[in-house]
Parts: sequence; C-alpha cells; structure tokens
Amino acid sequence: MSSVRVLVGTRKGAFILSSDGKRQKWEVSGPHFAGWEIFHMKGSASEPNHIYASQTSGWFGQIIQRSDDGGKTWHQPGTPAGQELKSPEGFPMGESNKFVYDTSDQTGRPLTTHQWYDGTQHPWEFKRVWHLEPSLSDPMTVFAGVEDAAMFKTTDGGKTWNELAGLRQAHGDKWMPGAGGMGLHTILLDPTDPQRMYIAISAAGAFRTDDGGKLWKPINKGLKSNYIPNPEAEVGHCVHRIALHRDKPQVLYMQKHWDVMRSDNAGESWHEVSGNLPSDFGFPIDVHAHEPQTVYVVPIKSDSEHYPPEGKLRVYRSRTGGNEWEPLTNGLPQKDCYVNILRDAMAVDSMDDCGIYFGTTGGQVYASADGGDHWNPIVRDLPAVLSVEVQTLK
Amino acid sequence: MIRIVLPQHLRILAGVGREIQLDVRGVVTPASILDAIEARYPMLRGTIRDHVTLRRRPLVRFFVTQEDWSNEPTDTPLPEDVASGKEPFFIIGAIAGG
Repeated sequence: MSSVRVLVGTRKGAFILSSDGKRQKWEVSGPHFAGWEIFHMKGSASEPNHIYASQTSGWFGQIIQRSDDGGKTWHQPGTPAGQELKSPEGFPMGESNKFVYDTSDQTGRPLTTHQWYDGTQHPWEFKRVWHLEPSLSDPMTVFAGVEDAAMFKTTDGGKTWNELAGLRQAHGDKWMPGAGGMGLHTILLDPTDPQRMYIAISAAGAFRTDDGGKLWKPINKGLKSNYIPNPEAEVGHCVHRIALHRDKPQVLYMQKHWDVMRSDNAGESWHEVSGNLPSDFGFPIDVHAHEPQTVYVVPIKSDSEHYPPEGKLRVYRSRTGGNEWEPLTNGLPQKDCYVNILRDAMAVDSMDDCGIYFGTTGGQVYASADGGDHWNPIVRDLPAVLSVEVQTLK
Repeated sequence: MIRIVLPQHLRILAGVGREIQLDVRGVVTPASILDAIEARYPMLRGTIRDHVTLRRRPLVRFFVTQEDWSNEPTDTPLPEDVASGKEPFFIIGAIAGG
C-alpha cells in the first residue's frame, strides 16, 4: 500500500510527518536540526529516500544536509552517515555549504551587480538557500535556488555546488530585492524536456532556460505590476510562485505579488485568471496531481496585512484553470485566523484521491485527503512553517 | 593543546562536546586556531568565517580571558594563557535577535 511523507521546514527545525495511504493517522518526527531555520526540504523523485535540506542561520550561515534513509539520519554531504570523524585521514572536503558565485574566466561571468533599494548597484552576496530541487532522474543532481538570486547545481549529492551563472546575465543589473530578500524561490523542471527549467525570483520575475541552464530569458510578458516604475517591464516583477502539471508542462500558473496569472505557452505570455478571488494577493499556488486544470491558491488580504481576508482561512480551488474559484473551508478556521501561508508551504501528493497540504506561520500543517473538500490539521503547534513538500511512496 | 569552546549549534554539527582541544602549529592566533578547527572539523567551514574572504561571520564573536577579540586582526598572537592551554578560546554566537 502506498504511504505519504510530508517534509516540513520551519523557523526552528525540520519535521517529518508520515501516514499510510488513508492519510488519517500521522506520526510526527522531529525537530531535526533544532533551532535552525529549515527553508526547504525535498526528496528525490528517482530515489525517494534521498532527501535534501537547506539548514540556515543568521549566526552560522548555510548548511546542506542529506538523508539517504528517508529522514531517519542526516549528514552533511561528504560526511557519510555514521562515519567516525576522529581519524585525520579521509576527511570530507567540507564544502557542501560553499556557495560561491562564479567569476571564473572559463565561463566568463564576472561578479555582477544588481539594483539596491536606493537605486544604486550592489554586488551579489550569498545569504541562504531558499529552495532545493532534485533532478527528476538522478538522485545526486540537485538544483539550488539561493539568495542573492542565483541558481546552483550539484552533481555529487550536495558535496560541491557550481553556479549556473548565465542566469545573472538575464538583466540581473535590474533585479531588486523584495521585502524578504532577493531570493530564487521556485524551480520547476519540465518532465518532458530535461533541458527546460523555469525559475522565479522576488523581485525580478520568471525566467526560462531551454539548454539546461546556460542561457536564460525573462518570461514576464503580460505581467503588470503597478508598484514598479514601468508596470510592464521585462524584469522587476515580484513573482511569488509558479506551478505546473507534469502532463501539461507548457501551462504555467503563477501567484504574483498581486494577481493570479496563467500562461499557455511556456511563459511566452501571461494572462490574468484571478476571477472571483476575494483577494488576488497570496504566496503559494499548486496544481492537482491528476487534473491539470485544477489549481489551488490561498488568498491573503494584502501585502501589508499578511493574513487571510476576514480572518477566514480559505483555500480556493479552480477546476477550470483559473477565473472561476470556489472557497474550500471544511475543517479550516473560519474566524479569528490571522496566519500566513508562505510561498513554498503548499504541496500535493499523487495518491488516487489527490491530497493537498499546506503549512502556516502559526505552526499548523493542514491536510486534505480528498482534493480540498475536507481538511484536518496534522499538527497544530509547530514553529512557523516555511515550506511543505510531499512524497508519495509506493 | 589549545582549548576551544564552541557554541551549541556548532558542537552538534561537529559531533563534539562543549570544549575541543587541538594542536595549533606556529604562533597561536585567532586565524591559526580557525585553520586548525576547519582542518579537523571540515563540516564547520563557512560557519565561523566566510569560505572565501575568511572574514568572521557578523554574529559570531571571539572571547579570550574575558576580553572581546572579535575585531582584533586575526593574525594577532593570543595571550600565553591561551597558547599554553590554561584558558580556552571562546567562539560564541552573539546575543542578538529576539
């Protein structure tokens, strides 16, 4: 029988929530890496027991952790689990947390600058890893989206990382940090074309590569952001999240700072599908595992009030690829609820009856085992949830 | 042997107790101590000082015999009490944030 593993990153550690396919009874493991911010965890699609975690701290910087046994034990890549560390021989390289922007002559990418809050140019400075996206076919290959916005890649299971520096050439001098920093937070791999990837950056916009990450192009035509000098600029948009369905990877859904958007041509152009949402501000967006036209968002009142409209926590579902939305409220608090749901904190499983999951800044992780019709909290009192990923295990 | 006290989070990463002891070659300075720590515990590289610039991370502090050495040049010889192992070299996380 299939089972489900939910990977939850929080402000103060990681938690792993496990259940059988019924998804009614859950076991909670954690906190792992207690006291550290876990921005994101994600398991390999090809080897699900390989899980990568971004462990970060304002004091001690970035750490990458990997588990090879489904989250039971962890190690910094290069330090095999259980290895005795007292021998002076055979030490790991200790570079699994070394994210250095590529300034090499070979790739011809000098360290460039981006726009700062006061309009001046500012050099790239690495701060943390926001998102880890394992390859769909190789468990040792992983892409990392980092702040300041850049894409890194490892092909040795996280021991060493190299920047895909071509991304910064896509008008990087015009990118500017959002309120939460200039983070590359979304990485989508096209399941039908291993050379094609999509990424999104706050506040630069969405970008696509068709050659495995050497060259990137902005894909922001149709976005309109009234809070920037040129509302229809090629870059500079605060894209919060993008999602796609594996059966129709050319169709993209976007939750922008304001507006829910859709592209039917791999990002070449976008059109708004906010429709009847009570607010088109929000962070996460995701697509049903088996219905490419069924999309989920969680409306948030505004960019200055990061909580649900009217204090009612409602997931909205569209079965028509946008424009027509229905509130899903059964089991969710409908009064006095003032939590936020961050951009990486929603995920779906691929069970026959698709499960939807999201975590809140109040520490709840909600799950629906029936596509959003009914919700229950798996846990209620975790630290603020930063990210949620789901693994469907055969 | 030089005695070094690590903050809790780094002890967990390195799998060690509150205090570690290391041989430090040559003149004992903050830099030579950090070199020895990173050679012995490579998983701590980048957590105390930047990988490339070797600058101390802003919220990591160094204390020696109750004095703040955080902003001293890292090639400054440390007091004999530290070099002899009588007193530890403290690496601490700054009291910051809420």
